[in-house]
This record gives sequence, C-alpha cells and structure tokens, in this order.
Amino acid sequence: MAGSKVKTTTDSGRVRRVAVVGGGLAGLMTVIKLCEAGIPVDLFSLVPVKRSHSVCAQGGINASVNTKGEGDSPRIHFEETVLGGDFLAQQPPCLGMAEAAPNIVFLLDRMGVPFNRTPEGLLDFRRFGGTLYHRTAFAGATTGQQLLYALDEQVRRFETEDVMDGQGVAIPGEKMVHKLEFWDFVQLIMDDAGVTRGLVAQDLKTMEIRAFPAEAVCLATGGPGIIFGRSTQSTICTGIANAIAYKQGAIYGNGEFIQIHPTAIPGADKLRLISESARGEGGRVWVPKNPMDKRDPKEIPEKDRRYFLEDKYPLYKNLVPRDVASREIFAICYGENAGIMGRNEVYLDLTHKPEAELRKKLAGILEIYEKFVGVDPYHNPMKVFPAVHYSMGGMWVDFERDARGSLKVGSPRNHATNLTGLYNVGESDYQYHGANRLGANSLLSTIYGGMVTGPAIATYYDNLDKSAYDLPDTFFDKAAKSEQKKYDRLAASDGTENPYQLHKELGELMLRDCTIERHNGVLDKVIEKIGEFEDRYTNIKAVDTGGKANQALPFARHLEGMLILARVIAQGARNRDECRGAHYKPDLDDKNPKAVNPVGRDDKNWLRSTLAKWGGRDGAQSKVEFIREFDYSIGSQSIHVTDEVDVSLKDLQKRDYTKKKAAFAADAPAPNKADESASSAPLNK
Amino acid sequence: MAEENKRPITFRIKRSLDGNRDSSTWEEFEVPWEPQMNVISALMAIQRKPKTKEGRETPPVVWEQACLEEVCGSCTMLINGKVRQACTALIDSLSPNGEPVTIEPMTKFPLVRDLIVDRTRMFENLKRAKAWIFIDGTHSLGPGPRVAPEVQEEAYSLSRCMTCGCCVEACPNVNDASPFMGPAVLSQVRLFNLHPSGKMNAGERLDAVMGEGGVADCGKAQNCVQVCPKEIPLTESIAVIGRDTMKRALFGWLLK
Ligand SMILES: Cc1cc2nc3c(=O)[nH]c(=O)nc-3n(C[C@H](O)[C@H](O)[C@H](O)COP(=O)(O)OP(=O)(O)OC[C@H]3O[C@@H](n4cnc5c(N)ncnc54)[C@H](O)[C@@H]3O)c2cc1C
Repeated sequence: MAGSKVKTTTDSGRVRRVAVVGGGLAGLMTVIKLCEAGIPVDLFSLVPVKRSHSVCAQGGINASVNTKGEGDSPRIHFEETVLGGDFLAQQPPCLGMAEAAPNIVFLLDRMGVPFNRTPEGLLDFRRFGGTLYHRTAFAGATTGQQLLYALDEQVRRFETEDVMDGQGVAIPGEKMVHKLEFWDFVQLIMDDAGVTRGLVAQDLKTMEIRAFPAEAVCLATGGPGIIFGRSTQSTICTGIANAIAYKQGAIYGNGEFIQIHPTAIPGADKLRLISESARGEGGRVWVPKNPMDKRDPKEIPEKDRRYFLEDKYPLYKNLVPRDVASREIFAICYGENAGIMGRNEVYLDLTHKPEAELRKKLAGILEIYEKFVGVDPYHNPMKVFPAVHYSMGGMWVDFERDARGSLKVGSPRNHATNLTGLYNVGESDYQYHGANRLGANSLLSTIYGGMVTGPAIATYYDNLDKSAYDLPDTFFDKAAKSEQKKYDRLAASDGTENPYQLHKELGELMLRDCTIERHNGVLDKVIEKIGEFEDRYTNIKAVDTGGKANQALPFARHLEGMLILARVIAQGARNRDECRGAHYKPDLDDKNPKAVNPVGRDDKNWLRSTLAKWGGRDGAQSKVEFIREFDYSIGSQSIHVTDEVDVSLKDLQKRDYTKKKAAFAADAPAPNKADESASSAPLNK
Repeated sequence: MAEENKRPITFRIKRSLDGNRDSSTWEEFEVPWEPQMNVISALMAIQRKPKTKEGRETPPVVWEQACLEEVCGSCTMLINGKVRQACTALIDSLSPNGEPVTIEPMTKFPLVRDLIVDRTRMFENLKRAKAWIFIDGTHSLGPGPRVAPEVQEEAYSLSRCMTCGCCVEACPNVNDASPFMGPAVLSQVRLFNLHPSGKMNAGERLDAVMGEGGVADCGKAQNCVQVCPKEIPLTESIAVIGRDTMKRALFGWLLK
C-alpha cells in the first residue's frame, strides 16, 4: 500500500509529509486515504486521537442501505438532507455523500465496528429525526466511539508501516503516520505567494514551540461549541484552529448556523446529550397538562399528559428535525411557562419500552443519565432541555461537480479552502448541513469528507512544483520564533482578568442571547459585549507561568480565538434577516402572528452562504467583513467563488413537517413496512 | 445534599509542578457547593479562582479532560484513593456530609504535572498487539461478514475500552519491577481475535502477548474488573487469552 508511484522524498532525500491537524473521524479518514495513496502524514491533536470529540457521538450514522423493505434510497437520503438543511447546503457534495453512505457503513463494518445486528446477522438500522425511514446504523448508543476506535486502529497500523522511497525501499526511522498528540496548532506557515508550506505547533507537555514543513495542511479540528460555555461538545472544542486560519485569511462560512439539540441534561460543567436515538427507539416527549402537577410522572395518566410534538406533527411526531423540536420545547417552557413544575424541563420518556431492548440499543446513553442524574431512566421519564450541540457553519471549502452533478472525487478543489494548500474537513467545514443538520448525518459527513479530502490533497501533492521541504530552514525558524515571542508575551501578561472567568462570561452571554431565538436588538448588545470582552482580554493575567503542561496560557490563546469566532457568529446572525433552519428570529417568523416583519425564509435575499473575512482589528476589537465573492487559486487554476448555493439537484420547497401526509412524494416508506418504532407504541405495555 | 448543607467542599489535591513525585505537595482548596457538582466542575472553579484554602495564590491545577461523559477516558485519576474518571465523580455521593475530597494522579504511569500522567505505554502496547483488523483497503468491497447478534454483543462489550488506565493502575502486577502489559491490551487481543476477519491474524496477536510482560504475568488478583468503568469482563478476557496462548505454545508449530 505504502510506496505507490508518488514521490515521497525530495531530491535531497527528505520525506515529504502532509500535516493533518485533528484526529477525529474526519482527520483520521483523511489520514487513511493519504496513506493509501502512499503519502506520509504528520498527525497533530490536542489529545490522543482516540480521545477526540467524535467519541461522544451516540446515536448512529446514516446510510440508505434499505434492508427493512421500505424502499429507501440514497436519492431520498439526499433530498431529506437538503430539505432538513433548509436549502443552504451545497447539493453536489450532499449527493456524493448520500450515494457513498452505504459503502461507508460497509467499510466500517469490515473494520470491525460492532454494529447492532438483526436476527439474520445483518446490520440493524433505526430511525432518526427528519426522516420516516430506518436509515441509521448504530453500535449500541456509543456509535461515535466505536467508529473512532475503528479508524484509530487503522491509523495505528499505518504508524507501524514504513515510508518507501522511489525504489520501494523502506526509509529507516520513517513511518507512514507520525503522531503528535498533545500538540496545539498555533499558526499556518505561508510563503510570499500565499501558498501554505507548513505550520507551527506547541507541545502541550513541554511547551516547546516548533515549525513543521508540510506539503499541504488539512484542518479537521471539529466544532466550536465551547464558545457557548457549556454545550454537548467536549471541552477541547474551542474552534481555535479555524479561528487561526480565519485570521490568516481563510473565509468562514455560515457561522451563524448553530444547532441546538432538543434533549440534553443540564450539568455544572457540561450539558450532556441524550441522543435523538432515544426518540428513534420510541421515546416520547411530554409535559404534564398541569405544569404544577405534583404526581410522580409515572402516576400521571395519559389523559393528563401533553405530547406536544406528536400533537403538532402527526407524521414525524417526536422525530421532527432538531431546530423544530428545540423551538417547540423552548416555546413550551419560556412561551407558555408549561415546563415541568414551571422549570425549564420536559420529559423524555422511554418507560413504555421493554428494558431488555433498551439495554441492547440505548445502554450507552441511559447509563449517562443514570450516572449523572442518579435516576434510573428505564423506569422513570428523563428530564431534559435543549443545549448547544453542533456547528453547521465552518471554514468555507470548495468542491468540483462531475457530469451528473455529484462530487468529482480526486479533484484537488474538494475541501480546498481559499488559502492554497490549506484544506478543511469535518465539523470544522461548512458545506454539508446548510441551516440545520439532520441527526446521524455528521458522522457520515466527517467520514465522507475524509474520503474525498484525502484524494484531493493527494492530487494537489502530486502536482506541486516546489516542495516545502526544499525551503531554507531559516524560513521555518522565523515562523517558530515569531510564535515563541507571542507566547512569551502572553506569559508575561500581568493584567487582572482571569481567562477562565472571562470565558465563563462569554459563554453565558452567547448561550443566553445567540441560540434558539434571536432578536436584532439583543444581538446588537451581544456584539457590543463581545467588543468589551475583547477589550478586557488585553488586560489578561497569566495565571500560570509554569514551564511544564501549562494549561492556562494555551487556554488564553484559545479564548482569543473564541472571541473572534463569537463575533463571526453573532454578526452573521444579526445580518441574516430571515428564518432558516436553526437561525430563527421570532420577529421575522411568517407563522408568528406577532411578527413585525413576517418574511419567514427569504430565498430572494438570503438563499446564499454567509462568507466572513477577517477585517483586522480596531484597537482590541476584531472586525468582520462579509463578502459576496472572492477568487482563489489552486495550481495554475484561478477560481471565482460567489455566495450562491448550488441548488441544482433539488428544487426549493417549503419546509413543513406539520402535514399528516409525507412532506414530499419520496419520503413515504413503502406501505408494507409501517413505522413501528415511532412513538405510537401503546403506553404501559 | 440537603439545601442547608451547601457549605463549601474542601479538596485536597496532590500537586507537582515539575512532575517529580518525590517533591509532590498537598494543597487544599475550598469550592462552594453547587447543584450537579462533580470533581471536574470543582477543578474548573479552582481554575477561575486559583487560591488555596489559606488564601495563597497558586497556579491552577492541571488535569486531562475532554468529553466529560465518561467515554473518552481522559480524566482518569485517584479520587478518595480510588481510580476512576473525574467527570462521573459526583460530589453529593463523594461527600454527602461535606467531607473533604482527595485527588491524586495515577501512580503507575510517569507523572507529567499535577494530575497529568503519561499513558503512552498503553497505546504502544496496542501497536505491539496489532490491535486492528487487517482490511485490504478502504475501497468499496461490499458488506462485511454477517455476525450473529450474540457475537456482536460480546464484541461490543469489549470494544468499549477507553484505554483510560484504571485497570493498569489497579493491577498489583503492574509495577516498576515488572514489564507486565496490563489487562486492557489482553482484552483487545480477545476482541480482534473474535472478529470473523480479525481471526485470520489471531496468531500474530497471541505471539505479541506471549513473551515477556505478556498474559502469563497476570497474578489473577482480579482488581481490574472491579475498577473498569465500562464493566469489561477483563478477567474473562485474560482467561481466554491465557488459554489461547497456552494452546499456541503447545501446538502452535503444528498449526503453522
Ligand atoms: C454528544 C454528541 C453526540 C453526537 N451524536 C452524533 C450522532 O449520533 N450521529 C452523528 O452523525 N453525529 C453526532 N454528533 C456530531 C459528531 O459527533 C461530530 O460532529 C463529529 O464527531 C465531529 O468530528 P470531527 O472529526 O469533525 O471532529 P472531532 O472529533 O471534534 O475532532 C477534532 C480533532 O481536532 C483536534 N484539534 C482541534 N483543535 C486543534 C488544535 N488547535 N491543534 C491540534 N489539534 C486540534 C482535536 O484534538 C481532535 O482530534 C454528536 C455530537 C455530540 C456532541
């Protein structure tokens, strides 16, 4: 495998590597594809890649394998994905993804992922939001963990394989994958022509700052959930890598689209997710008709319960898309004050399902509830509330269409950012999920993204006319020195602001005012407040000056990035005067009788990507420029990009999940297989 | 904890700024009680206000963390003497009446600083044991082999290992004087040797755990199963691998 025809060394014999930053699913899949193409990799990660945030994914991964006799197909999966995303997703990559999905799940299966099985030994599939089909493959309720482990194992195998030279002879001491775990990416290195030639990173144990040449750099650095303080994301998900690249000129797309998951358990350190799979397996959401009902929820009879999602959405019931479900729960709790005991909580109830079945399919998440709340969810309805979960937005990346309108695999444009030689993939990119992601589509998009990013970089690598490894050492030393200086300056900061405290305040602000419901007047204040935080940041205190495993200084650096992206998110939200997917302004809602300007989804003005460009600083405060078009180059090609969304494959349509009949012809499962696991199951079986 | 007991909780934390265990010192911190408090949220509060109980400023405590749902394995440490993840260590059950909580780094791995240790060894063992399936490539080759639901359930229970190190920490046979690999990797060998295509390389994996520091060094103390946060049947795995390596040692040359 290793040592195909690619030229892995320079004329002077140095091994030519690609740097992949991020070892979640997207990064690892990219690494595997690069290695299969014979290209050696330096793999950077904040934590051992096996501990990346992807481990958190619970529910499953979508693929229209259609083993349940429902007539599901990749075409339907594609259509539901773009409808779910309220038409802001780029359609060609979405089609490519839906078509590749069955083989991706088969591949994972071959890698040994212990997917749940049917009695015949086939892969089992469950339901997820935004579809009526059983399309989600799952490994208990820790699917992300199992997928990540499978890719981690394959990458570990490449860690033991030698790099081959042109003659097919192993180069001593050089392995296909060189892992740099506990390393923090701090800067891209670009030459005078604006081509990415490597990166600077910091060892988080020794605090050493070092420059690494690389033929290309790929960021696969995940989401930015920690900007909102507490979220369902891992605490390492600060979005820093994207903030750094953005500051160096990479365009950020659709930042304002942040997914709020309807069902999480509040916690002092984190909001822990109870996966949509709980509803996919029949979980029902309800509140007591009388919010002050003091009875134990098990004692509250059917007639005194309000299944508000089932009432309003008779077809999709509890499995409407996440933006819809979150807003309904929000409306119940804030709008009507009808949450349990008037608090911000609703019931998520699985108690009507047999315990043995739940243990096989959902143990992973029910265990989380049991461990963190101390209540047995097999026999007691869970109490949940929405939480920040996922970023649809991320770095702008390109794609190339093939003749059918799908993605042309192997094109160096796929997942290329506007900075030549810089790629981006996974939750950190922007293109697959539009205004709202469907459940179980993220694991898919990360892996599919990796499967096309690897070959894209391989093409780019093969066609480079100059190697980063031929550049003088002084070029790289300069970059490392300049970062070292910045770090030393940070270490010497003797202001009064504790960065952890400042972050807490940022999180509280963003969570309260920039999530489910957005009001322009409030957003103006949020933006002002972010400016104040940026001012306060200049008065930061280095609370730790230790030379070993210093966490406070890297955290301060991440905080600077969070402030930058917080502004991109908030200003993007302020600008976008419409309601689309997760971005919702009650004042503009065409279904809100009290709306000031009920435009709803405004395709005429806003069927376009938000493109944010770093605009420098005004004093301490960062500036964003929102642009409509730009040019970038790759090899000798110059490419003109606009903010137009490619909607060439599926016509626009109104997004309405309230109907009694399927929203569009394709999404009705074949009648021979009615939807059994939906929430129509009788209570108290 | 009842509302009236919301007094501050004392945390005794073993610290070392330079990673030298011999010069480790204990520091005490006081953190106000809050609902759903766990060891992580307490450590976070200390970051925001890094002052000891006596009011002395000190660098914030450092530790590893990521998912906070007990699925990544990062935040493993000794809490009140027991090895476990800090995220699931809820204060109300550790300190029902406001008792102090003790926190220390694991002892079986090289210390980096404060609560951070270096677990590289565990990942190296996975390399040595070839803990992966040898797939032909990532191109489309159709579905994998069929698997009976019972086999899937067995594999899944083994596959939840987070490489967190609890079992290694609790094992009396892992110590400075012994090269024993510890339980986790042995259970991984069982996992891959169970898989229909993983079986094809079963011999190589067994070889890797037969030599020095391999399965034979297990002293059957059974501590590992008791501390595994994912309830992985580690002793059962060790028994299976013990049997398989024995068979291989006796008859391996015949099977070659
Ligand atoms: C609780 C939860 C449950 C979910 N369940 C599902 C589900 O059931 N189905 C589904 O499809 N999706 C689910 N998702 C979403 C999905 O898990 C994520 O979107 C996906 O795993 C992201 O993968 P990734 O590879 O892009 O990034 P990540 O897995 O987040 O990996 C990012 C990598 O980048 C590294 N990194 C970041 N910054 C730096 C830096 N500066 N320097 C060096 N390295 C860096 C990190 O160390 C890490 O290795 C869930 C999400 C959450 C929060």
